[in-house]
Amino acid sequence: MAPRAKKAPASKTQAASSGAPKAPKPADFTKDQELEAYREMLLIRRFEEKAGQLYGMGLIGGFCHLYIGQEAVVVGMQLALKPGDEVITGYRDHGHMLATGMSARGVMAELTGRRGGLSKGKGGSMHMFSKEKHFYGGHGIVGAQVPLGTGLAFANKYRGNDNISLTYFGDGAANQGQVYESFNMASLWKLPVVYIIENNRYAMGTSVSRASAETDFSRRGLSFNIPGIQVDGMDVRAVKAAGDEAAEWARSGKGPIILEMLTYRYRGHSMSDPAKYRTKDEVQKMRSEHDPIEQVKNRLIEKGWSSEDELKAIDKEVRDIVADSADFAQSDPEPDPSELYTDILL
Amino acid sequence: MPVEILMPALSPTMEEGKLSKWLKKEGDAVTSGDVIAEIETDKATMEVEAVDEGTLGKILVAEGTDNVKVNTPIAVLVADGESADSIASSSGPKADADTPAATSDAAGGKARQSSEELSAATDSKIPAQPKVDVASDPDIPAGTEMVKTTVREALRDAMAEEMRRDPDVFVMGEEVAEYQGAYKITQGLLDEFGPRRVVDTPITEHGFAGVGVGAAMAGLRPIVEFMTFNFAMQAIDQIINSAAKTLYMSGGQMGAPIVFRGPSGAAARVAAQHSQCYAAWYSHIPGLKVVMPYTAADAKGLLKAAIRDPNPVIFLENEILYGHSFDVPNLDDFVLPIGKARIHKTGKDVTLVSFGIGMTYAVKAAEELAGLGIDAEIIDLRTIRPMDLPTIIESVKKTGRCVTVEEGYPQSSVGTEIATRVMQQAFDYLDAPVITVAGKDVPMPYAANLEKLALPSVAEVVEAVKAVTYTA
Repeated sequence: MAPRAKKAPASKTQAASSGAPKAPKPADFTKDQELEAYREMLLIRRFEEKAGQLYGMGLIGGFCHLYIGQEAVVVGMQLALKPGDEVITGYRDHGHMLATGMSARGVMAELTGRRGGLSKGKGGSMHMFSKEKHFYGGHGIVGAQVPLGTGLAFANKYRGNDNISLTYFGDGAANQGQVYESFNMASLWKLPVVYIIENNRYAMGTSVSRASAETDFSRRGLSFNIPGIQVDGMDVRAVKAAGDEAAEWARSGKGPIILEMLTYRYRGHSMSDPAKYRTKDEVQKMRSEHDPIEQVKNRLIEKGWSSEDELKAIDKEVRDIVADSADFAQSDPEPDPSELYTDILL
Repeated sequence: MPVEILMPALSPTMEEGKLSKWLKKEGDAVTSGDVIAEIETDKATMEVEAVDEGTLGKILVAEGTDNVKVNTPIAVLVADGESADSIASSSGPKADADTPAATSDAAGGKARQSSEELSAATDSKIPAQPKVDVASDPDIPAGTEMVKTTVREALRDAMAEEMRRDPDVFVMGEEVAEYQGAYKITQGLLDEFGPRRVVDTPITEHGFAGVGVGAAMAGLRPIVEFMTFNFAMQAIDQIINSAAKTLYMSGGQMGAPIVFRGPSGAAARVAAQHSQCYAAWYSHIPGLKVVMPYTAADAKGLLKAAIRDPNPVIFLENEILYGHSFDVPNLDDFVLPIGKARIHKTGKDVTLVSFGIGMTYAVKAAEELAGLGIDAEIIDLRTIRPMDLPTIIESVKKTGRCVTVEEGYPQSSVGTEIATRVMQQAFDYLDAPVITVAGKDVPMPYAANLEKLALPSVAEVVEAVKAVTYTA
């Protein structure tokens, strides 16, 4: 069930024109897919918990926005991609980086501002990139990644390849004007872009209903003829199925499509957010009833695909990766002072 | 092994806080994610979540304690079978909230230095800003044909040549294709290159600037035309936060090879919102190059260079100059170096530094001054950032006097930057204070007489030169 499923089915489609894609049923995962999803989501969860801990120790500075609770979105979408597809997002970006295959060490060392960080310690939590993994950031200005992701799609179309751009943003960014400027051009020019709105129900401390005249974000593309699908973003199988549908739509030249992911962040907006704008019960209910990782774990055990011990072994493996990244992020030196003046111009 | 729970930092600025409440008591089982305590920070009351699993073996800081320093152990978590007593002796007493030493041995101590400590520690080793060698203008072979060309044609020719050379170069903007350019700069490009590479956009500056930057990050070479740079204020976040900073923020992995071009500054009688020079604005930003040509030859050679440049380049044109004609060398590939000023006229009595349409005042003033027996040297800056200071400084060392000329607002202008640098680098050579001639400190008025007053004039330049040369 979707987090907001009281009034609606788990997934539904907003048809902008006839022939719009239908809201698909959750994908049937094989044992291997379940295990992959479990491991990937757990890696993000444990990584973020560790990041929170290092922040508390003063090792990570500035702002730090954790992805805990939303893991199924990026992990499910990643399963729908093919090599060369681009990913771009805002500043709640650690999960996206890990899911695209960027190293835990590189991400964690960037969080601590060390020379082995993915941006040599010069970008920080909100600004990381990987040309190799086709990850285009990591953007600190709410909504700015939407025109940029549309530009990545423009480049795909210009070059005539069949890659697509996955452009993620939140329910808060969805109210920025440049999002709609981008929707207009993407639809006008039939650009291969999938807009993924991660609706975690709060833009910092402002709930969706207090900030948005239209709270069904899958409908936000209707006046640009962009179809939208509302997806249970806590169920990685539902995300994967919708991702496949959307990727096919964009890849086949039909233009942009919107996926609204109904999801939830367990932690505050950033580390310094006391989250007084929602009840503890609300958070607890989401954790106990919709947790994306528990869902997969339960299925694996119910179907007899994995034993508790086998899952514990995965836990251990993930914890080791995270512990190693944290050790590296603390022992790696800070950038050399000479880096102050590098990478400003080529 | 028992795990110490430390007083967490819960905001970018928190150094200490009040442990207002324990939500778990000694002996309680704790799992990852459980809220165990509440802490009052400098910003708000925050919940502390457990990261590890175990039993709360011992509380080291009682609730209600004020001024608990970040990283002070506040409790101890034990695993099954471990005794709380055994740890009490190992880490109990040192956790007094008044013991600041508790913070220094924790790994976070270093990151929490005060700003004074930080600046004291780093002042001595701030690395020197690297010097960049700039190439000189290419030699124009003797006998090269010079063709009278308008700035408008020169800009078009530059784009067409670069689009022929590199299939990744394309131009996008409002009315650039079918309308042939609002100021006819892109005239003929659609016919030659087609709609894939000459892209009409909706009126949506913020959006298409961002689309251009995204395409550049993906490796294309966009030329984004703003109908005027006044409208680019809608897009300035994408220009500065996305285009100019990405190379640095990515540790050199990816940048934005893009040209933003269009007219900047006052045209004629278009009033406040359409008459503003952006040279000083963009020259403030590390990660950008800012070019503002005066002649057609410079417009052509520098636009070609800007399109080839791997960095974001702001290319500021001027609507009034579009129709001015200059000699342009008839060469297959005439490219000029960005970052190099051009000595427009040599002289020995005073250095006039200007750029773009400011040059029209400087050139006319120099003619008048010649009649007064004053021999002015005119430097056309051409590039605002990076600024060719050596050329200016060398000239001032020779003349001992300097006047800058521009149409932009006077405060924090390009001229004030030049004046500062000349003061710092050629103080002993100066025989008079530098005078900065600029537009007046007012929004551009509409009325013809007021508009004229708001802009600099040849007379003002002449007066300034008389003042610095102490000529009656």
